[in-house]
Amino acid sequence: MISLAIAYLKDRPLTSALNVALLAISVALLVLLLQFGHQAGERLERDARGIDLVVGAKGSPLQLILSAVFHIDRPTGNIPLDSLDLLRRDPAVERAVPIALGDNFAGYRIVGTDDSFMALYGAELASGRTFDEPMEAVLGSEVARATGAGPGQAFVSSHGLADEQDAEQGHGHAPFETVGVLVPTGTVVDRLVLTPYESVWDVHGIAHGRPESEHAHDHESAAGDAGAPDQPGRRSALTMTSRAPEAELTALLVTYRNAAGALRIPALVNRQTAMQAAVPASETARLLDLLGASLEGVRVLGWLLAVTGGLAIFVALLNMVRSREGDLALLRVMGASRMQVFATVLLEGVVTAVFGAALGWFAAHGLIAAARANFATLSNLGLAAWHPLPEELLLVAAVLGLGALAALIPALRIYRVDAARILARS
Amino acid sequence: MTTLCVRDVALSYDGRPVLEQVSFDLAPGSRTLLLGASGSGKSSLLNIVCGLQSPDRGEVKLGEEAIAPARSAAAADRVRQRHMGIIFQTLRLVSALSVRGNLLLAQKLQTGRRDPALVDSVLRELGIADRAHARPFALSQGEAQRAAIARALVVRPKLLIADEPTSALDRDNAHRVAGLLLDAAKASHASLLIATHDERLLPHFEKVLRIERGRIEEGRITA
Repeated sequence: MISLAIAYLKDRPLTSALNVALLAISVALLVLLLQFGHQAGERLERDARGIDLVVGAKGSPLQLILSAVFHIDRPTGNIPLDSLDLLRRDPAVERAVPIALGDNFAGYRIVGTDDSFMALYGAELASGRTFDEPMEAVLGSEVARATGAGPGQAFVSSHGLADEQDAEQGHGHAPFETVGVLVPTGTVVDRLVLTPYESVWDVHGIAHGRPESEHAHDHESAAGDAGAPDQPGRRSALTMTSRAPEAELTALLVTYRNAAGALRIPALVNRQTAMQAAVPASETARLLDLLGASLEGVRVLGWLLAVTGGLAIFVALLNMVRSREGDLALLRVMGASRMQVFATVLLEGVVTAVFGAALGWFAAHGLIAAARANFATLSNLGLAAWHPLPEELLLVAAVLGLGALAALIPALRIYRVDAARILARS
Repeated sequence: MTTLCVRDVALSYDGRPVLEQVSFDLAPGSRTLLLGASGSGKSSLLNIVCGLQSPDRGEVKLGEEAIAPARSAAAADRVRQRHMGIIFQTLRLVSALSVRGNLLLAQKLQTGRRDPALVDSVLRELGIADRAHARPFALSQGEAQRAAIARALVVRPKLLIADEPTSALDRDNAHRVAGLLLDAAKASHASLLIATHDERLLPHFEKVLRIERGRIEEGRITA
């Protein structure tokens, strides 16, 4: 009976294809939403784990979090180097991790920092060693995999935070040396290049306390540099009038030692300095709330499409049953039971739904893979293409149920038909 | 020993008699024409013989198995499925399947198993082996007629029943189809019962059942 159901579907290819396409689009939309919502939420939570507060230049707190924690936006500006000591000296602060941004390697952000960054994310070395000197770099696992770089190899960074054609300016005069590669962590660290923050200053020719690298040079700063904020006039949060390039940081990732920190540190930063303090948990929640409304709208659209697909199957099968009443009556006369004829019609609905669900599922995951390969933001979000969720199984089951439900009335109609009367009539 | 035994069958619609005291026998391997004009009651009689309709009175047996009155509709269905090959006036090939697919489906439904070798053999005998994979809409009227006959034969029936098989055909084709049915019935050792109003078929048959106003007049064709 399944082969007969498939034969009937093939007999009206256009209608069947349209019904499959409708269901496939709805399944693809819903799977994309599930994947995006789940993976993005999980990713944001994982990347922000252990970070209670982010201190950076004044501006949008969300932008500060996105740039300093998730590495998917431009920094709000720079902050003075001595802010690091200020926070590290505070007894309520367990850890303050410095971040200096400005360049990229093959589209992967180079993060100037110190050993505390790896400790924050629990990152371990897969090969080589950690950096000791400026211009030494440790690669995240994804960076090493994508670029093929490894310990002992040198690379040249490009100016800017992404691999953009028009923004790219190579720093051929100041090559980095890869000294280590990290094991995969499933966090943003996998897609970062870590180096001492002095490297960022050296590459841009900014003087600092440590012995200056031989590669240091005068460099026209651009947006996002630790030495050159992207907003004119906000060169430094503490030295607003200085125009000479200074050794600065982009942000600090702070972990409290105790609950008192949560009460005191943000107030201290926001009221007593020209910097801002942003809480990743609340900014992430705000971001997910903002996204949530849009995602909900798309989810409703997805289910509407699924219902439309179900209605299309219903109409197609009802017409089929009407036009092939004789065929189906003949099956009964030849020996098919009522249940077999009923199942043939029901199977047509279910088979349509199976094809729609399968096509939609593969399309959704294929789209994620394609988008990940072509859009840096999605890649940076760490969306994985072929990681099905348990909810997807429920979704597919719901669509199959919809197909069966749509076929139920036409199938019941043929179940009740008096085969002899129909054949005698003709 | 008879293949089909019809005794005192009566049927009426809304008090109007359609069949009255209809009785006849078909011997194994016999070839019989049920001849009658439109409205004479032959379609109703054929439906009763096939177990598609129950008579008001009388009994119908295929061998020793009762078709009417049957213990249940399912029992009558089983007799029909196991022992009858039916060729409908409108042929009724399943449009979504190829000719071969139609034959295999009929085998599966009526006998519970597929016999592709028998299907291919019947298609060859009827001269449509080269159209085995064609869909019904791609067949000529003659090819479709042969396909319908083939479908009735592949279940190895005891009784082959055809309802108005020549109604839409010209004289030459009518004789050709009649010859085809006779040959097919002979080859499969089945009794043949053709219901028709087409008197052109008379020369092909040794026995004729004339039905008029619901009554049967049995005759033997000698010409």
